[in-house]
Amino acid sequence: MRHIVSLLVENEAGALSRISGLFSARGYNIESLTVATTEDSTLSRMTIITTGSDRIIEQITKQLNKLVDVVKLQDMTEGNFIEREMMFVKVKADGESKRAEIHRLSDIFRARIIDVTDTTFCIELTGSGDKLDAYIKAMHENNIVEVVRSGSMGILRGEKALTL
Amino acid sequence: MELSGSEIIIQFLKDEGVKHLFGYPGGAVLHIYDALQKQDDVMHILVRHEQGATHAADGYARATGKPGVCLVTSGPGATNAVTGIATAYMDSIPLVVLTGQVPSHAIGSDAFQEVDAVGVTRPCVKHNFLVKDLNKLAETLKKAFYVATTGRPGPVVVDIPKDITAPHIKIPYVYPEKIEMRSYNPNFKGHPRQIKRALELLLGAKRPMIYSGGGIIMGEASEELRKFVRKLGYPITQTLMGLGAFPGTDPQFIGMLGMHGTYEANMAMHECDVLFCIGARFDDRITGVTSKFCPYAQIIHVDIDPASISKTINADVPIVGGARQVLTEMLKALDKTELKIDKSAIDAWWKRIAAWQSQDSFAYDKTSELIQPQAAVEELYRVTKGDAYITSDVGQHQMYAAQFYPFDKPRRWINSGGLGTMGFGLPAAMGVKLAFPDKDVACITGEGSIQMCIQELSTCLQYKTPVKIINLNNRYLGMVRQWQEFFYEKRYSHVYMDSLPDFVKLAEAYGHVGIQVDKPADLHDAMVEAFKLKDRTVFLDIITDQEANVYPMISAGKAHNEMDISPLQQLKQASLKAKGELV
Repeated sequence: MRHIVSLLVENEAGALSRISGLFSARGYNIESLTVATTEDSTLSRMTIITTGSDRIIEQITKQLNKLVDVVKLQDMTEGNFIEREMMFVKVKADGESKRAEIHRLSDIFRARIIDVTDTTFCIELTGSGDKLDAYIKAMHENNIVEVVRSGSMGILRGEKALTL
Repeated sequence: MELSGSEIIIQFLKDEGVKHLFGYPGGAVLHIYDALQKQDDVMHILVRHEQGATHAADGYARATGKPGVCLVTSGPGATNAVTGIATAYMDSIPLVVLTGQVPSHAIGSDAFQEVDAVGVTRPCVKHNFLVKDLNKLAETLKKAFYVATTGRPGPVVVDIPKDITAPHIKIPYVYPEKIEMRSYNPNFKGHPRQIKRALELLLGAKRPMIYSGGGIIMGEASEELRKFVRKLGYPITQTLMGLGAFPGTDPQFIGMLGMHGTYEANMAMHECDVLFCIGARFDDRITGVTSKFCPYAQIIHVDIDPASISKTINADVPIVGGARQVLTEMLKALDKTELKIDKSAIDAWWKRIAAWQSQDSFAYDKTSELIQPQAAVEELYRVTKGDAYITSDVGQHQMYAAQFYPFDKPRRWINSGGLGTMGFGLPAAMGVKLAFPDKDVACITGEGSIQMCIQELSTCLQYKTPVKIINLNNRYLGMVRQWQEFFYEKRYSHVYMDSLPDFVKLAEAYGHVGIQVDKPADLHDAMVEAFKLKDRTVFLDIITDQEANVYPMISAGKAHNEMDISPLQQLKQASLKAKGELV
């Protein structure tokens, strides 16, 4: 099963490689990993999307918790949570009809065009991974120049929070 | 007090109570060595190879319970130390390894003797640090000792760039008495409800087994374990790492379990209905094939490391906590409980165990004209009255040592169980002897393993650590040969140690005493002679039967009740069957 594991880690050099190293050393899957500092500059927030049986996920969370740099951890999948991913897509946009088509499509997906040239659009889109996949599919492969995805982030719904 | 980085390191070690520092100098640690030379409180032991430094510090730590401390230079100094660090990591041994690093400004430039020590050691340390700021040096060292020695212990590396240790830059130094780390909380207390459940399960058992490991020794819980097991009257088995926590000569101890454990311990594991595991981690050398592991048992698992619980074997009653704390709670609960043990069931269980014991699974040929390796270990036991510190290397001799030298005290049996590092024994013995100069220390080894760190014979002379090397010399890499005999139709591929050195002359060349024996009748006198020479390191080269095998054995994919047993045990089984004493 797919799990979204959120972590608060010490914002120190090496913390990221300890975590990614743990996944490669023990043969765990990483679908995506995002990391950036929080409002507290000594802490980074990391979201890891991973897959595995219940036993493996249990091991992953325990092994992560064991790392000295990991301050706090939560498996979001155990509760109600919101998941989002951000994507930039650069597409070919030559000719009036094609440009209009891309506009329409982007409206449907609530995507925004953030850069324009005579021949290309750069589009920004946020949503679940499935939504981003659907947008790429709708755009047709031969129109796509470049795709940049952030990887997913997660946050708990309601009053619960992953804080110190 | 204003001190330079180098002086801070030395002063900190003093303040931390470190008496011995195992190391090897080099460019990146020259400043530190200069500070080291100006004091007498911390004794430095100059090894002959950095691997020797880490193993010696490791042996010291295992014997004393205090952290072992090493100092090595950058680059090859650090990489040579890696085997010893990984050895300590696998067996959860507290080690603090200080590695020199090229100056901060040169890091990343492929400077001379530069290696990313923090990167190289990351997968085999509990934690590691790169010191980037002199002002944080003392605090970082304190963190290193704190992390290494608390919770589930382990090695910690502190990488120190040369500029941090420069003699002319001085800052105020105060010993950090206490350290707090928000991301590291090693204190787990066993949950009272789980402890209660565990006790109910144990007291209701008809065929209970207690299976304990190195966590008892690391957690200083031997006393509590003894009380607990004796109070219950149940059989106990111990892992290779746990030997000595419960007395090896106590009748309740039914031998080591696992790949080369006793027949009775493994059979009892297979047949038990409640398994109480404490301070052990269901290692693959213990469990055999996991799908057939303890098929009838409810399993209670006590461990200080949550990640060890339900990792390979699912625990019905998981208890996260230190061994001593949990056992203390369980002893209290045992005193108060009104639950009664099923005496008749336990008596019947002991009878079944006795029947397994009567097959004598460690039996070996005592009439041979060749020295049997088992006999050599038994002789060592007699001569040292079972009270020596025994280190070992890795292979057949290690298993014979574990089987034939019963340990009655914890911290007496020192071997590389998890990583299985050949070359561990001699430097480890050296470390033990430094800690306990008045005790007998012997290294049971083989002609293969001893050559992996033999250079430390030189260190033994320099620091007057008169250890006894018991070399079970069968001119084969014995354990590999045994596997090739069993599983590769005796195709002995590259296991014959051709062109072996004359170990007697080699010992003499290093300034020690060498004795060789090749007849069973000479074994006793040679052993007595070796231990009589109190002040000398003695290399006892014992020429043993080349094709002796370690029995019983659980081979790959097999369960505890599917052991390969020795030809002698097979005969015994047949005769017991004929007499109708075996069902």
